Amino acid sequence: MEWRDHGILLSVRRHGENGAIIDVFTQEHGRHAGLVRGGAGRRMAPVLQPGAQLDLIWRARLEEHLGAYQAEPLRSRAAAALSGRLALAGLNAVTALLAFSLPEREPHAALYTRSEQLLDLLEQEEIWPLAYLQWELALLEELGFGLDLSACAVTGSAEDLIYVSPKSGCAVSRNGAGEWANRLLPLPPVLRGEGDAGDEDILIALRTTGFFLETRLAKALGNHPVPEARGRLLDTLSRRL
Amino acid sequence: MSRSNDDIENLIALMAKLPGLGPRSARRTVLHLIRKRALLLTPLADTMTQVAVTARECLNCGNVGTSDICDICEDSRRENGELCVVEDVADLWAMERAGVFKGRYHVLGGTLSALDAIGPEELRIPRLVDRVAAEAVSEVILALNATIDGQTTAHYIADQLQGQVRLTSLAQGVPIGGELDYLDDGTITAALNARKEI
Repeated sequence: MEWRDHGILLSVRRHGENGAIIDVFTQEHGRHAGLVRGGAGRRMAPVLQPGAQLDLIWRARLEEHLGAYQAEPLRSRAAAALSGRLALAGLNAVTALLAFSLPEREPHAALYTRSEQLLDLLEQEEIWPLAYLQWELALLEELGFGLDLSACAVTGSAEDLIYVSPKSGCAVSRNGAGEWANRLLPLPPVLRGEGDAGDEDILIALRTTGFFLETRLAKALGNHPVPEARGRLLDTLSRRL
Repeated sequence: MSRSNDDIENLIALMAKLPGLGPRSARRTVLHLIRKRALLLTPLADTMTQVAVTARECLNCGNVGTSDICDICEDSRRENGELCVVEDVADLWAMERAGVFKGRYHVLGGTLSALDAIGPEELRIPRLVDRVAAEAVSEVILALNATIDGQTTAHYIADQLQGQVRLTSLAQGVPIGGELDYLDDGTITAALNARKEI
């Protein structure tokens, strides 16, 4: 078995003295692990940092084997990530969420493209939080827990949508909410791609998406807690306010 | 090999588990030790037995020594207000080899890692916060590895100690004797960002 693909490095585990088992989100083969011989050595360790864009050749005798990677760096994102607190927290959140939520060896080409674009924006701190929010919505959508924010689930109106139903993930208008308003999640305009994308609104929106990550996605994955890296990103963002 | 050689086979098998040694090199090492029995094997066995009994982690900093409080923590001359935070005992020893740091250390015992479920409580971060409050620390030097995990941990510690003490970290860039042609993109970018006037 052999294939060649591009991928985003999600995590590295040392294996033996010099080897490393890497977990990569690849374009055509999804999240796929493999052994890199010498991956923990002096030459490869700086290359194999989470977030790195790699050109990969995977070889194994049988499809179900772990297999071995031959990895060449295309772009390192370590310097970008280490340059700022938000960039580092962002990179950690993205790689941790992908490793947490994606099933192994199942292609998600659209999400891969969005993830690659998001990570390439790491150094642009002004637009990155908004890009991250949109990526998180795309992640929920890709994994079958997408939010329907196009119209009110109660009245069908597309006007004055200010809530999200925690049950259905659908938008709810002010009129439609009625006495249930205090049980609904906030829907800031930025979540629908409207209005100013201020940090405060983005944080509120991320708390809403966080609710669905915890109660839907994490529940479906065996009730494991959402990675702490996401919480640290929200802390970093709230410190900018 | 016959049964009479079981002990030697056991020794070879144990040696082969050491870093840098495989079955073949372990066999060569054991043969060498047996040939130099009086000079090497017996003193080595005695010393290993002694270290196995006495080696322990320093209760204060996490360094490895043979007493509850290590020599560095006991040395009053190193009480200069500087505390260097390192990931592992090997990093502490590397800093000591350089011989330029004259303060005290704090060994975390790893880095934060969501993947391996290593949180602040698994590391010695609460103990570090206590030390900064209890000892007359004026500067904490975060000498953590220039990796994503290392720097994530550094930022976490910085958040915990913000406003209490001066916080610094090691510079990143071209190593001594390094040639630009052989450096990875990340190191070159970090070096360029941290350039200084000559």
